[in-house]
Amino acid sequence: MSVHAALRNGTKSVFLRVEEAFDTPFGGQDNPLRHLGAMALYLLWIIVGSGLYLYTVLDTGIDAVYSSIGYLSNEQWYLGGVLRSLHRYASDGFMLVMLLHLVREWSYGRYFGFRLYSWMTGIPLIWLAYIAGIGGYWIVWDELAQLSATATTELLDWLPIFSEPSARNFLSPSALSDRFFTVLIFIHLGVPLLLILGLWAHVHRVSHVDYLPTRRVMLSTAAALTLLALFRPALSNPPADLATVPGALAYDWFILFIHPLTDLSSPAIVWSLLFGLTALLFALPLLPHARAQPIAVVDPANCTGCDRCHVDCPYAAITMAPHPGRPGLKLAVVDADLCASCGICAGSCPSSTPFRRRETLVTGIDMPQLPVNALRQQLEHALAQLAGRTRIVVFSCARGAEAAPLAAADTAVIDLICAGMLPPAFVEYALRGGADGVVVAACRGGGCDFRLGERWTSERLRGDREPHLRHNVPPSRLQLLLGSAHDSGALAAAVSELRTRIETLEVATDRLPPYLRSASHHA
Amino acid sequence: MLKPAAIVGQVILYGAFAAFIGYFATSPKYHQIPDDVALIKLSISHLGDRDCRKRTPEELAKMPPNMRAPMDCPRERSDIKLEVDLDGKDVLRTVMHPTGLYKDGVSTVYKRFEVKAGTHQLAVRMNDKLINPGFKFVQEEEITLAPRQVMVIDFNPDQGGLYFK
Repeated sequence: MSVHAALRNGTKSVFLRVEEAFDTPFGGQDNPLRHLGAMALYLLWIIVGSGLYLYTVLDTGIDAVYSSIGYLSNEQWYLGGVLRSLHRYASDGFMLVMLLHLVREWSYGRYFGFRLYSWMTGIPLIWLAYIAGIGGYWIVWDELAQLSATATTELLDWLPIFSEPSARNFLSPSALSDRFFTVLIFIHLGVPLLLILGLWAHVHRVSHVDYLPTRRVMLSTAAALTLLALFRPALSNPPADLATVPGALAYDWFILFIHPLTDLSSPAIVWSLLFGLTALLFALPLLPHARAQPIAVVDPANCTGCDRCHVDCPYAAITMAPHPGRPGLKLAVVDADLCASCGICAGSCPSSTPFRRRETLVTGIDMPQLPVNALRQQLEHALAQLAGRTRIVVFSCARGAEAAPLAAADTAVIDLICAGMLPPAFVEYALRGGADGVVVAACRGGGCDFRLGERWTSERLRGDREPHLRHNVPPSRLQLLLGSAHDSGALAAAVSELRTRIETLEVATDRLPPYLRSASHHA
Repeated sequence: MLKPAAIVGQVILYGAFAAFIGYFATSPKYHQIPDDVALIKLSISHLGDRDCRKRTPEELAKMPPNMRAPMDCPRERSDIKLEVDLDGKDVLRTVMHPTGLYKDGVSTVYKRFEVKAGTHQLAVRMNDKLINPGFKFVQEEEITLAPRQVMVIDFNPDQGGLYFK
């Protein structure tokens, strides 16, 4: 294993453990660590909203800029002061969440293949976020702004981009004019607008985007930041005075860490670090990584153009085109660059039902590495082998809790690429084929490697999403477990619990009538 | 419905998130330079002189009447030699080159010197036409710097050349 792979796996392991620990109080959908992108977007909207108010009350005069912001904190603390603090703390939170998002996606190996576009478009956003953040501090024009402006221009001057040192603009108080702040605000509005545009591109090739976290997460985050704003309001340092060097300053380490880093090292080292890290992020997809899996294949003869795979695909890899052989009908078309090979489309296809009597089950859209026909054959073979008082079939996601050790004479285990590739009719087919109970093991809520597998599976089994599990399937014989790779114990407990429930509750009367595909329809 | 333990857990974790942000948004304090230190900023942006030559009457006579400029000045600017001494020790010896593809732009320098607050002897010498020996501009003064004071060494031909501010 390479150093990079070892580092990545180690980081992933830490993230997984912390996320799973967070699942206990938050639950999957409310777990902020599982929705860092949505959290960052939410914090950005707080920044934009509070920033609009700050913009309306800001006076861009060279002396007035400091006093107009100070007025908010001192006189209008209940509104302007809180909004100013929210603006600052949400910005810090944004930086923190953005970096966590970056490290998490890297550690989960989400930077190549169908995720390459999102990875590449995300990297420039980091630069834009820091440009906007650093520029925002200058607007206050206090000693911290002075330090940042001077240090930033000195850092920029190391690059051969200006004919005259830009730091000369901050040599003395007379070097500044009111127009400087007008330009600064123009930049501070323009760069975040570019950032928002970049974010649109960043999520452009993802469907069902989590633009915002859940309402509970939003309210809790807003409450936490508002309380912080009230108890520790963001205040200005003393006003800038270019004739002196600022003394000890209350310092924002989330955004302005680069200046102490430059003071400790040198501009050459800092630029080398920044450009080197950026180049490394861009080059990561070139490093050795897991081989791409075969993508979904459409069979025009069996595709009804129903649109469900198009709707359910987590990566917008499927589009609908006019069917070449059936006028008026549509045909699913898979974009090879976007397909994640998750099989969720096969699970959504109504033609994937195992009850079809054909000897070879050919569905509308299928995975070459695990076709629905092979899945049915595997199930039929397992059902034929099952013995014992209570026979259970476990359909398990290969990336979730490990189910293989549970295989026994009375327990069959069938691995899936993703739980989302399981057509719900397979549950009924198993029950009517001889199983007493079925366990479906998907990833934890919000923890699916393919984003939506566990969500679609839950909704389909509940009957809230097409194709749904038929209502005649008794809920007592079905157990859905949402568990991660560390939840093998929970899966074993779920199987055991289902077995006990079936054996003790005497629910034999709810057994579905048997179905034998090979028998004549009228037999 | 959330269990009480989950509510407590969430309160603790959201509180930790806010506390983490609140702390590192302002702390620990940053001291860019020690309190007993002052800063001298040397920042000069100046066009070096040109090596002009007076045209001879014969040369002028050969030129069209509307182009008979008495001086022939090349586009290129001279390098600028700069020396800074502090308390008798040389702290900077440099030659500034003109910017631009044709070497016709300004020559610039920007340096920071951190010095102990107090009285110092500062001498700056500059020559903007290197074909001439010596230094055309010299400024030497005893300066007294307060702690954290910023003193600027600049050049402005309209203000007599080099000056300390």
